[in-house]
Amino acid sequence: MYEILVKEDLAPVTKLFEVRAPVVAKKAKAGQFVIVRVDEAGERIPLTIADYDRDRGSVTLVVQEVGKTTMQMGAMEAGDHLATVTGPLGIPSEIENHGTVLCVGGGVGIAPIYPIARDLKAAGNTVLSIIGARNKDLLFWEDKMRSVSDELIVCTDDGSYGRKALVTIPLKETLESERPVGHIWAIGPAIMMKFCALTTQPFGVPTIVSLNSIMVDGTGMCGACRVEVGGQTRFVCVDGPEFDGHQVDWDQLLARQRIYPEQEKLAVEQWEHECQCGNGS
Amino acid sequence: MPEAIKDLPKHERMKLPRQPMPTQEAKARARNFDEVALGYPQETALMEAMRCLQCKRPKCVEGCPVGVNIPEFIQHLKEGDMPAAVRSLKGDNNLPAICGRVCPQETQCEALCVVGKKGQPVAIGRLERYVADWDLAHASPPPEVPAPTGKKVAVIGCGPAGLTCAGDLARYGHKVTIFESLHAPGGVLIYGIPEFRLPKGTVHAEVDYVRSLGVEVRLDTVIGKTYTLDELLNEQGYDVVFLGTGAGLPMFMHIPGENYNGVYSANEFLTRVNLMKAYLFPEWDTPVKVGTKVAVVGAGNVAMDASRCALRLGAERVHIVYRRSREEVPARAEEVHHAEEEGIRFDFLTNPVEIYGDEKGWVRGMRCIRMKLGEPDASGRRRPLPIEGSEFDMDVDMVVMALGTRPNPMVFTEAGGLERTKWGTVVADAETGKTTKDRVWAGGDIVTGAATVISAMGAGKNAAADIDRFLRGEAVAAVEDRAAAAAG
Ligand SMILES: Cc1cc2nc3c(=O)[nH]c(=O)nc-3n(C[C@H](O)[C@H](O)[C@H](O)COP(=O)(O)OP(=O)(O)OC[C@H]3O[C@@H](n4cnc5c(N)ncnc54)[C@H](O)[C@@H]3O)c2cc1C
Ligand SMILES: Cc1cc2nc3c(=O)[nH]c(=O)nc-3n(C[C@H](O)[C@H](O)[C@H](O)COP(=O)(O)OP(=O)(O)OC[C@H]3O[C@@H](n4cnc5c(N)ncnc54)[C@H](O)[C@@H]3O)c2cc1C
Ligand code: SF4
Ligand code: SF4
Ligand code: FES
Repeated sequence: MYEILVKEDLAPVTKLFEVRAPVVAKKAKAGQFVIVRVDEAGERIPLTIADYDRDRGSVTLVVQEVGKTTMQMGAMEAGDHLATVTGPLGIPSEIENHGTVLCVGGGVGIAPIYPIARDLKAAGNTVLSIIGARNKDLLFWEDKMRSVSDELIVCTDDGSYGRKALVTIPLKETLESERPVGHIWAIGPAIMMKFCALTTQPFGVPTIVSLNSIMVDGTGMCGACRVEVGGQTRFVCVDGPEFDGHQVDWDQLLARQRIYPEQEKLAVEQWEHECQCGNGS
Repeated sequence: MPEAIKDLPKHERMKLPRQPMPTQEAKARARNFDEVALGYPQETALMEAMRCLQCKRPKCVEGCPVGVNIPEFIQHLKEGDMPAAVRSLKGDNNLPAICGRVCPQETQCEALCVVGKKGQPVAIGRLERYVADWDLAHASPPPEVPAPTGKKVAVIGCGPAGLTCAGDLARYGHKVTIFESLHAPGGVLIYGIPEFRLPKGTVHAEVDYVRSLGVEVRLDTVIGKTYTLDELLNEQGYDVVFLGTGAGLPMFMHIPGENYNGVYSANEFLTRVNLMKAYLFPEWDTPVKVGTKVAVVGAGNVAMDASRCALRLGAERVHIVYRRSREEVPARAEEVHHAEEEGIRFDFLTNPVEIYGDEKGWVRGMRCIRMKLGEPDASGRRRPLPIEGSEFDMDVDMVVMALGTRPNPMVFTEAGGLERTKWGTVVADAETGKTTKDRVWAGGDIVTGAATVISAMGAGKNAAADIDRFLRGEAVAAVEDRAAAAAG
């Protein structure tokens, strides 16, 4: 069992958890993830290691509530225990000095982009960052991102905070400004990563994305996470999660994220029903 | 116990028919996950035990990879001394309730039984299951383990190979820790083989037995990621490592359309259904989606299990699509028989060439080609060859690829000096399991490629014996060194 040491509400549906998992913390690197199971009957879900503290023996996870498991986790508090935290899984981000890099985080993708930006900065890069969300309520870690970036642009889709724009707009502008951007990381919902990749393609700047396909084991044994990259089937959990965004078959990824819509709906309904019964008694 | 049978002379006993296994009725069981084979009642078990001739040089034992003393445990059973039967059986086999259920007996112990020369062999597996189930129902105290030797062994992978090796090493007095990447112990027994063939309660009970010998099981620990092999040996103080990580990597056909929604690897489908209990969704959280018309490609145990799971989850029509003919089917005879009884259709000499999808990315059909058998290939089986122009379309909305598996390379991260074959399996001595890397042994599917539970257990057992020899040698050498140092 893995104890939740700290819980913080970052936004109404976005929660931060610092979880005790010393062996994971010891090895964790930017770009890696863990598989979490909330309880005995729980699903195995992948969550990015947004931060780690080797001395405290903890990893930090930032979770956006989108369905049953993430909602159930969102209702947990410090002192509660998760049934499984396995990792660190996936290949770490390749951190090198590219001169100037661009880090784009969309929505809950701000969490995974943070340790990457931090390590890129530490490796001597000039880090330009763009973070965005649908609205002000969904934004978080502006300060943390600012602390590891040379420049930070904040935007919201609806203009409720920062600049009113999708992240692709400042992304394009920065590339057009002819600043010598050597490498780009873009992490967020699949659709956002797809459009970031499409935006950067004409400029020929390598663009790394972190794919969020549906997973089960996270160790290469099931193939649930497979997606075509550069015409070849790759397993996101072991070959990734980071890939060259210009090579990803985005439509396949988007389709494969929608295998279980009816079941997901049913699970949420059942969960909400249980919660109400629980509160009422 | 029926007197009339007890005193039957040999020639009479030889006339007794092999006792059938009571099963759930096919129609009913095809819609539930309860165990298909119900186990012998006491009378039937005793009657079947009578059929064993108690051979002086029992052939059957030669067919068992762990050398279960078959006549001995059957004799105890026949005499009604169940504790003695259990002691005898478990002396050779740490996991008898599992083996009694899933061993391909028809090619192992029962294949060599002399009674089988003229008629049907003694139902050794069913008797083994009977004794083991009696034991589970009568919680016997764990056997005593010797004083600790002070040696530490890391076993990687908690499948049958790892569990057997760990159990035996504990009984030799060594301190054993099993590292398992999943959140539940058992390997294929827990994530692959379905509840209706091997109840998970039985697997847990046998894992608990291994734990009761003093073995520690560390779950959620992926070797190659959480720790590496070299760290276990060089930093964590393990004297020896046994690798039993199986062959868990799924294979695909690399035909067009394989990534459409509704195409599962058998591993994914079975893991969702068995390990994650998707058949209990939404009480359990993990979903699985089953089509109405399902094709399962392959004809091994894995394919039988996948097809029968699909049926139980509501599929209307399930096909086994196999490129060779009935004679080459590698699955256990009993499973093929049960699958047919349940209404699974078999399309032999048929091979998929392409999967079609709809505009939403879902499977809507599969193009196949008819095959014929040519000359024997390297495996000795006749090579299947496509018949040109024989393509046809199958109307399916789900496809499960059950094509076999390879070892997962994850465990080889930072494991220098470990030689592997071009199939990705580990090179190890056939007798002892010793690998090319110092202090590392291996056994089970990681060495042989996908094989059987009992062969994995046999490998675990042999490796444990060799590891024990090695560790004792080391201990003796250490004492001698100290003595020499003291003398000098
Ligand atoms: C490598 C990786 C890292 C991730 N990191 C984070 C993170 O740091 N924070 C975060 O909030 N989310 C992260 N996700 C996404 C997160 O795993 C899903 O939101 C979560 O599984 C949804 O589960 P649910 O039961 O709450 O929702 P559901 O209602 O089950 O699903 C909602 C959507 O989430 C996706 N999803 C469902 N089940 C899984 C699954 N087992 N694996 C992956 N995706 C699934 C599906 O596309 C689905 O449409 C990551 C995903 C991957 C692959
Ligand atoms: C669906 C199915 C049905 C079968 N039916 C039968 C049958 O009826 N009869 C029969 O005799 N055989 C059957 N088999 C074959 C049999 O199950 C295997 O041959 C046997 O389980 C192999 O045992 P093993 O211990 O070598 O490996 P496994 O059982 O595969 O166990 C390996 C374990 O190692 C773990 N692991 C892997 N990598 C790592 C890592 N890096 N770190 C930590 N842990 C790791 C895995 O999670 C797993 O738990 C079947 C197989 C399948 C898939
Ligand atoms: S372990 Fe398997 S092969 Fe050995 S006697 Fe029992 S059923 Fe037969
Ligand atoms: S060969 Fe058959 S009859 Fe002889 S001891 Fe073995 S099971 Fe009994
Ligand atoms: S999640 Fe199972 S192979 Fe990637």
